[in-house]
Amino acid sequence: MKRIYVNEKWCLGCHLCEYYCAFANSGKDSMVKALKNVTINPRIRIEERGGISFAVSCRHCEEPLCTKSCITGALTVNDGVIQIDKDKCVGCYTCILTCPYGAIVPSETGAIQKCELCMNNSAGKPACVAGCPNKAIVFEEKE
Amino acid sequence: MLKEGQVRIPSGCAISGVISKSGKKINGERIVKSIATMHDRSNGLGGGFAGYGIYPQYKDLYAFHVFYDSNKAREECERFLDRHFDIINLSKIPVRPSSKITAEPLIWRYFVNPLPTKLTDSHLDEKEFVSRSVIRINSQIDGAYVFSCGKNMGVFKAVGYPEDVGDYFRLEEYDGYAWTAHGRYPTNTPGWWGGAHPFAMLDYSIVHNGEISSYDANRRDIEMYGYKCTLQTDTEVITYIIDYLLRKQKLSLSDAASVIAAPFWSTIENMPKAQKEKLTYLRSAFPGLLITGPFSIILGFEGGLMALNDRLKLRSMVIGEKDDMVYMASEECAIRIIEPDLDKLWSPRGGEPVIVTLDSLKSSK
Amino acid sequence: MAIDFLYPEYEIKRDRDKCICCRVCERQCANEAHWYDAELQMMMCDSAKCVNCHRCVSLCPTRALKIVKTDHTFKENANWTGEHIAEIYRQAGTGGVLLSSMGNPKKYPIYWDKMLINASQVTNPPIDPLREPMETKVFLGAKPGRVEFNAKGEIKNNLSPQLKLEVPIMFSAMSYGSISYNAHESLARAAKELGTFYNTGEGGLHEDFYKYGENTIVQVASGRFGVHKDYLNAGAAIEIKMGQGAKPGIGGHLPGIKVREDISRTRMIPEGSDAISPAPHHDIYSIEDLRQLVYSLKEASDYKKPVIVKIAAVHNVAAIASGIARGGADIIAIDGYRGGTGAAPTRIRDNVGIPIELALAAVDQRLREEGIRNNVSIVVGGSIRSSADVVKAIALGADAVYIATSALMALGCHLCRSCQKGNCNWGIATQRPELVRRLNPDIGYKRLVNLVTAWNHEIKEIMGGMGINSIESLRGNRLMLRGIGLTEKELSILGIKHAGE
Repeated sequence: MKRIYVNEKWCLGCHLCEYYCAFANSGKDSMVKALKNVTINPRIRIEERGGISFAVSCRHCEEPLCTKSCITGALTVNDGVIQIDKDKCVGCYTCILTCPYGAIVPSETGAIQKCELCMNNSAGKPACVAGCPNKAIVFEEKE
Repeated sequence: MLKEGQVRIPSGCAISGVISKSGKKINGERIVKSIATMHDRSNGLGGGFAGYGIYPQYKDLYAFHVFYDSNKAREECERFLDRHFDIINLSKIPVRPSSKITAEPLIWRYFVNPLPTKLTDSHLDEKEFVSRSVIRINSQIDGAYVFSCGKNMGVFKAVGYPEDVGDYFRLEEYDGYAWTAHGRYPTNTPGWWGGAHPFAMLDYSIVHNGEISSYDANRRDIEMYGYKCTLQTDTEVITYIIDYLLRKQKLSLSDAASVIAAPFWSTIENMPKAQKEKLTYLRSAFPGLLITGPFSIILGFEGGLMALNDRLKLRSMVIGEKDDMVYMASEECAIRIIEPDLDKLWSPRGGEPVIVTLDSLKSSK
Repeated sequence: MAIDFLYPEYEIKRDRDKCICCRVCERQCANEAHWYDAELQMMMCDSAKCVNCHRCVSLCPTRALKIVKTDHTFKENANWTGEHIAEIYRQAGTGGVLLSSMGNPKKYPIYWDKMLINASQVTNPPIDPLREPMETKVFLGAKPGRVEFNAKGEIKNNLSPQLKLEVPIMFSAMSYGSISYNAHESLARAAKELGTFYNTGEGGLHEDFYKYGENTIVQVASGRFGVHKDYLNAGAAIEIKMGQGAKPGIGGHLPGIKVREDISRTRMIPEGSDAISPAPHHDIYSIEDLRQLVYSLKEASDYKKPVIVKIAAVHNVAAIASGIARGGADIIAIDGYRGGTGAAPTRIRDNVGIPIELALAAVDQRLREEGIRNNVSIVVGGSIRSSADVVKAIALGADAVYIATSALMALGCHLCRSCQKGNCNWGIATQRPELVRRLNPDIGYKRLVNLVTAWNHEIKEIMGGMGINSIESLRGNRLMLRGIGLTEKELSILGIKHAGE
C-alpha cells in the first residue's frame, strides 16, 4: 500500500505541509479564505529541534493501536487506510493516548482528527506531499 | 549575375554511368543516349561527360582540358605550362558548333608530363605536383580554367542540355571502358562552362545529384589540407574529399565511402567487434568529412566507377547489370534505353557503395 | 552613517489580503528579510536585506509576495546612473573592491541573438527527427593527421584518447566549495544519466563522487587544491584551468568560513583557512611551461586521458589557442566574458574579456588557417542560454559547449548574483548545512536531465530543419548562419554572411 514517508534529511522545516494539510481539510476553495486569521490545526506537524526537523502524520500502522483502543468503533481500517467516522467519535481521546507517534489530535468539533491521506477531502491525494518543496514527504509503495 | 565561385549555387540533377568490367570499348554515343532520356531532370544550364580509357595513344600523359576566356589567358597559361611541363601535344578540342550551345570559350587540350627538373625541385610526388599546378592555374590565371587533368581520361562539359553537349563535343568519336554523364538543374543561372559537371581532379571525376547540407563544414575542413574550393559547388568539395581520402590518406574506396556516408552510430554499435572498431575510428577521425543531406554520386577513377548515395538515400539511384556491363543512373529509364534486357536491376541502400573495377585490375592484384 | 544609506534596489511587496502569516518566507530567507510581528500579528519585511532570489516568492502558498524594482531614484542622469552613484557611496564607505557574482550583466551586444539559422526548402529536404535517426553524439579529442596501416594493410587505431558525449553539452567547472555538495551530486548524477561530463572545478573531488569518475572532468587550477595522482586518474579527462571568463587574469578566493570539514579534506587544506588561487599558475609563465604541465599530467595519467586547457576569451585568444593546440592539449575550452562565477571583482567581471561568439569564430578560423583545427576539439562556454545558442556555437565551429549558469538555474538558481555572500537560499552556492539541504539531488539531477534532454530534442529539430542528420556536419558549417544587424567587421570576424545575402 502507498504510504506517506518522511525523510528528515530533506525536511527544511518550512511548515508548508501543515498549511497545505489545513487548507485541504478546510472545505474551502482558497487558502486565503481557509487560513487567513486562523490558527491552523493540521493533521501533519513538523517536529524540530537542533537543526533537525521532520513531519509527523499518521503512519497507517499495519497493527494500529488506535483502532484497538477506540471504544465506539469510530476508527476503522479501510484498505489499509485508518479512517475516522466523526459521527461515531465521542471524544474520549483514548486513541490520542495510545498513538505512539502523536499523530492524532482533537479537532475543533471535539471529535478527533487524523491524516486520512486526503482521501476524503478536496485534494484527493496527499496535499502535504504535493506541497513539499523538497520531496521530504513522499507518497509511495515501499517494501 | 555572379558566376560559380562568387556565389554558391545549389542544383538538382541527373546522373548516369556505365562501365565494362572486361574493358570493352564503349562508344560515347551510348552515354549520351542514356542521359538524354532524363532530359527533364536538367534545365539546359549544364551538361557534361567523363570518359575513361579514351586516350590510349597518350595513356601515360596527363590530358589537360582547358577553357579560356581569351587568347591572352591562353598565352599566359601556356607560358606556365611550358615552364612546368613537357607538352607532348596540344590542340583545340574538336567540336561541332550548334545553335544550342552558345557563349563558347576557347577549348584546348594538352598532353603533358611534369618537367623532371621541376618535379625534383618541388619535392612532391608527381600527382601532387600536377594537382598543385592545376589549382594554381585555376586560382591565379584569370580566364583560364583546367577542367580535366587525368591520364587516359577526359571531361567534356558545357552550358546546355547534356545531349547537346555530347553532340557538340562529338563524343561519338571517343571510345572508353567507362563513362559518366551529368545533366544539371541549377536553381540559379550561372551561364559559366566551368561550373558544369563532372568535376575532376587528376583521374578522379565526380557527377553528383543532390544538395548537401554539410557543405560548409566539409569545405572548411578540406581547405585545411591544401585544397581551395573556388567553385563553391558540392561536386568540387566531394571530389577533393575523395582525393584526400584515397590519394593522401590511402584509404580504400569502401573505407572512404564509410567516412563520407558513415553508418549511423546505432548501426555501428551493433556491428561485429573488428568492424565496429574500424568504423568508430573512421567516424571519429574524420568527422568533418561526413557528408549529410541528399546526394547520389558516381565517382570515376582509373580502372573503375563507384556509385554512392547519402546515408538516408534522399536521392534516387539504381544499378543495372548485364554480362560484364554495369549501369548506374538516377532513373531506371536511363539504363533501359541503352540496355533493355538486364540480368539484374537494383537500388543500393543509403551509404552502401557500389564499386566496380576492371577485371584486369583484380587479376593483377 | 546617513550618507551610506542606499535605498534598496528591489522592494518586497506583500499583498496583505492574501498573506496568512504562515511564516514560510521568514523561515526560508537566509538573509532575514522577513519576520513575524506578534504584536501586530503581521508579517514584516526589510527590503534592504532582500537579494531578489525569489525563494519566498516561489514558496509562498498564497502567492502573496512579489519583488519589484523600486521607483525610488536619483535624479535622472544618462551618464551618472544610479548604479554608478550607489557604487561610489559604497566604496567611499568601505574602501573596498566591489564584489559580484555570476556573469557580466551589462548591456553589451549578444551575438547569439544577432545570428539566424537556416532551414531547407525545396532543393534539399528537411529531415524529421521523429522518423529518421538524428545524431548528436560527439567525440572530443585530437584527430590523427594521418591514417596508419599495419603489416596486413589494416587500419591501425592511432586515435588519441577521446571523450564520448551523447549530447554536445557538458557541465562546466564549478568547484566543491563554490557550490554545495548537493549541487555537485546533482551534476554528477545528471552527467552520468545523460552520457556527458561534469567538471570538478578547482576544489578537488569529494570521496563520495569518485564513483562518477567516468563522467567527471577533474580540474587542475593555479591553487592545485585537492590534486593528487588518484584524483588525476579518477576522471575521464583532466582540465587545466588557465582562466575563467568572468574574471580573466584573476585568481580565486574561497573564504575560510566556507572551508568546513568536508571541503578542507577534499581540497587538502586546513579547516577554516582561506583557499586562495593565484592569478597565474606559478609553474606556467609562458606557453612552453604550459606544454610541460600538459605532458606532466599526461605522464601522470599514462596518456589515457585527454587534457583540456581552459582559457578566458581575451583579445588575442586566437593566437593563444593556436599555441595551446601546438602545446599538446587535446581540447581547448574557451570561456566568454558572460561566464558565471561564485565571486569576482565587479569591475573585472563587467569590463574584461570579449564575447564568446567572436572568440570562438576567431579561434576556429585561425586554427583552420594554420591547418591544426583537427589537432584539438573546441568547447565553448560563457552564457549558453538555450539550444539555439548551442546550435549557433557549433555552426560557428565549436565541437561542444559547456553550460553552468543554465545548469544552476535548472537547480533553482534565480540569478540574484549574490553567491559571494554564501547565503544561497536555493542551497546551491552555500556551505551552510541547513541551506545545502534545500537542494535535494533527487530533484536536482532530474531537472538537469530534463533541461539537457529538452535542448537535445530542440537541437535535433533545428538540425533536421537544415537537412543535417549528424552534429559533425553542423560543426563549423557557417553557411547555416546569417547575421542580422551586424556591421561588415562583425560579419567578417564571425565569418558569416548577412541575412538576405
